[in-house]
Amino acid sequence: MNSSGDRPVVDVAFQSSAAVSVAEKVDRAKVLQKLRLGDTIFRHVTRLAAITVLVILSGIIGSLIYGSIPALEKFGFNFLITESWNPVTEQFGAMSPIYGTIMTSLIAMLIAVPVGLFIALFLTELCPMWLRRPIGIAIELLAGIPSIIYGIWGLFVFAPFLQQHVQPFLISAFGDIPVLSTLFAGPPYGIGVLTAGLILAIMVLPFITSISRDVFEAVPPVLKEAAYGLGCTTWEVARYVVLPFTRVGVIGGVMLALGRALGETMAVTFVIGNAHRISGSIMAPGTTISATIANEFTEAVGDIYTSSLITLGLILFVITFIVLAFARLMLMRLNGRLGQ
Amino acid sequence: MDGWVSNMANMISGASSPLYHSRRRKNVITMLLAYFATGFGLIWLGLILGVLFYQGFSGLSLRVFTEMTPPPGASGGLLNPIMGSLVMTFLAVLIGTPLGILAGTYLAEYGRFEKLSTIVRFINDILLSAPSIVIGLFVYEIMVATMGHFSGWAGAVALSVIVIPVVVRTTEDMLTLVPDTLREAAASIGLPRSLMIRKVAYRAARAGMITGVLLAIARISGETAPLLFTALNNQFWSSNMNAPVASLPVVIFQFALSPYKDWQELAWTGALIITLAVLTLSIVARFLGAQSKKS
Repeated sequence: MNSSGDRPVVDVAFQSSAAVSVAEKVDRAKVLQKLRLGDTIFRHVTRLAAITVLVILSGIIGSLIYGSIPALEKFGFNFLITESWNPVTEQFGAMSPIYGTIMTSLIAMLIAVPVGLFIALFLTELCPMWLRRPIGIAIELLAGIPSIIYGIWGLFVFAPFLQQHVQPFLISAFGDIPVLSTLFAGPPYGIGVLTAGLILAIMVLPFITSISRDVFEAVPPVLKEAAYGLGCTTWEVARYVVLPFTRVGVIGGVMLALGRALGETMAVTFVIGNAHRISGSIMAPGTTISATIANEFTEAVGDIYTSSLITLGLILFVITFIVLAFARLMLMRLNGRLGQ
Repeated sequence: MDGWVSNMANMISGASSPLYHSRRRKNVITMLLAYFATGFGLIWLGLILGVLFYQGFSGLSLRVFTEMTPPPGASGGLLNPIMGSLVMTFLAVLIGTPLGILAGTYLAEYGRFEKLSTIVRFINDILLSAPSIVIGLFVYEIMVATMGHFSGWAGAVALSVIVIPVVVRTTEDMLTLVPDTLREAAASIGLPRSLMIRKVAYRAARAGMITGVLLAIARISGETAPLLFTALNNQFWSSNMNAPVASLPVVIFQFALSPYKDWQELAWTGALIITLAVLTLSIVARFLGAQSKKS
């Protein structure tokens, strides 16, 4: 009769025995009334809190759109395809930050996806049982380190190392190969798109590893045993049984990591060099959307400048929203399937 | 005849066929790659923590906790950013935790199968990994721009927006783990639903919910991006939350990128303090989480 939410209160003896032990009907009714009221209030308060989550999201989108109106009115669609970023003449375009964001994330994913999958393979198939937990925890600690630590480490340790040892080698090694020579054109700055991409790779590695490990572990042992029984090698089992079975989950995990990489701010801000130009070489300094905002927002003077930065934020949010939504849909599909 | 037999045996065992060898080789190579990948992943943890301890410990002294941030060239400590971070984190948890727990309660108890819950769950998961700098922009727009000045309150609100999704998620997960028989038992003795949730479900899920809050604290104690243009920074001691407040991550950001040696050293020390705090929190949380799963 009643909806599941407001079942009639049956008895309150458990709640306050002293009050009811007298068994006066009036008192009892009063207490019941009070409890019912409390029940309704609590229910609505929790519902309101749940709706707050939606309010926050719409608040983010709304405030970003509101803040970007001046820039959008002035530049329109051209904002997306203009490369110049000039606070003096107030000419702004999002092309180079967008390029930098995509490029750094691309480098990060190119490295982190195979490495992460191989680590997950190691953890589920090769690693001795007693070592699984410690390694798993270590990888997850890597995820817990705040991004500013990656930033300061990248600036003072990693970038100089790349500058002195890795980049000169890359420049000379690829100097004669047509496409690669532009991609790895010098001079070795140390900081730049490549460095940011590498640090992002280290940062998102734990996400890919822990999600793929979880989905790899969810593969029914019978499937793997059947393949082993046919004489498959460990690699063949991983490649032709585990990976196809967990594809949806792995893609979800990769997209989740991509969402992180796209929006990562501090680690990138330290090592990207903050140069508003698109360079053919991935070793040249560049900028990303988040690094631009972090570097320039407090110094931005004038409505158009501030608004342009907020527009950048809006673009970033839209991109990451799409990527993360896709990731979640994939993972939800996986859970649905495993639930069956 | 003999040859035929050994051929047959080879075919069955496959020991000498080229296919067998190539499959075996492929397997050995890929397994080696898996070992290398794991080593590669672990090396970074060692390298980062190693450098951090090496650089950070040399500057770690009592002075760090008792003196204010210095002007360039002078000596000093990190007292005001440490306090600022503590206060803002505390306020963010104070705002974010009740909201998160209530929302998680709705998702797990009242509206587990409702359409609203599916949407909230989906949006919450997206907020969980949304870029934190965008959250900074959002709070800038709604608080800093309207109030006309940067403030510690804005910083705390920005951090609380990061706390909420973490707490919602863990609360829901932990409440879902509470067996329905407990709920039914509570209902059968006539406990109203709200009391059942507060007295039975919360109690059963308590360790897990505390884990969630600890994880949220660990998450925000290193967050820099949302504070950059909400709480801004402050060279001096400030107990006024209505004014710009220094925080450890922002000071690290500022000092590390400065050309001054003293400032860079303080940045390393600050980085060490944050990392130790975050790692301790996540280890405690993991310990609690493991216990709650056992019971």
